[in-house]
Amino acid sequence: MENFTPLSALAGGALMGLGAVVLLGLTGRIAGISGIIAGLLPTGRGEVLWRLAFLVGLVGGAAIYRTLGGPLQAIQFSMSTFMIVLGGLLVGFGAGLGGGCTAGHGVCGVARVSKRSLSAVAVFILTAGLTVFLIRHALWGG
Amino acid sequence: MMARVAAALVSGLLFGLGLAVSQMVNPAKVLGFLDIAGPWDPSLALVLAAAAGVALIGYRAVLSRPKPALAPAFSLAQETGIDAKLVIGAALFGIGWGLAGLDPGPAFASLVFGQSESLFFLGTMGLGLHLARRMN
Repeated sequence: MENFTPLSALAGGALMGLGAVVLLGLTGRIAGISGIIAGLLPTGRGEVLWRLAFLVGLVGGAAIYRTLGGPLQAIQFSMSTFMIVLGGLLVGFGAGLGGGCTAGHGVCGVARVSKRSLSAVAVFILTAGLTVFLIRHALWGG
Repeated sequence: MMARVAAALVSGLLFGLGLAVSQMVNPAKVLGFLDIAGPWDPSLALVLAAAAGVALIGYRAVLSRPKPALAPAFSLAQETGIDAKLVIGAALFGIGWGLAGLDPGPAFASLVFGQSESLFFLGTMGLGLHLARRMN
């Protein structure tokens, strides 16, 4: 567990939780990223400005961190472009069908103790873990 | 109206900062959690626990009020029970998450690191989201 970073994980998670509380308390909205993005697509139902503002903030928050010289200055993609493109398609389709993503179900739904969200989290962590296991240890022999 | 937009901006800033501080913007970090047979990194579980814990307490306080500060009513999903769409959607979402090591929030925040992979992912993610919405 040499890569385990408990303090930054707890601090970062708490900031995200705070962001979700701010959004619900002030605007009455759930901080589900896939839901916020879906509202901006051609099938979305209006209320464009606050959605755009949230996404600008999302990128801006990471930009502030980087500008202030946070420890993480580069990210690593170890997988092929094909896997990234396929992964994006499945993540988008799955979030659209299942009504939420890691933020919507994993943070906001769990915070509401929603049975739907708790089930979704259990299912997507399981299939994600199986996928990584197959890729890293079964198919290509680790 | 502008106050609501400003509130969404602040919320997004907190979320994006949290994703960067916790390193969840880094696919390698996420895959370190998902790969239980490798050198396992439990960080992601603590991120989710801290985020959901803070939101659980904050949501209780917020929802005890009759309405949000800047809007006429709360927009909350109704608890409609567990159906096939939820389970299949979550299962596909997990497979994609495991393939790319990215999910919607981190994918957006990762744009700051200037790698083309983030854009590829966001492009097909938007397409997938759009297709699912059209089916519904």
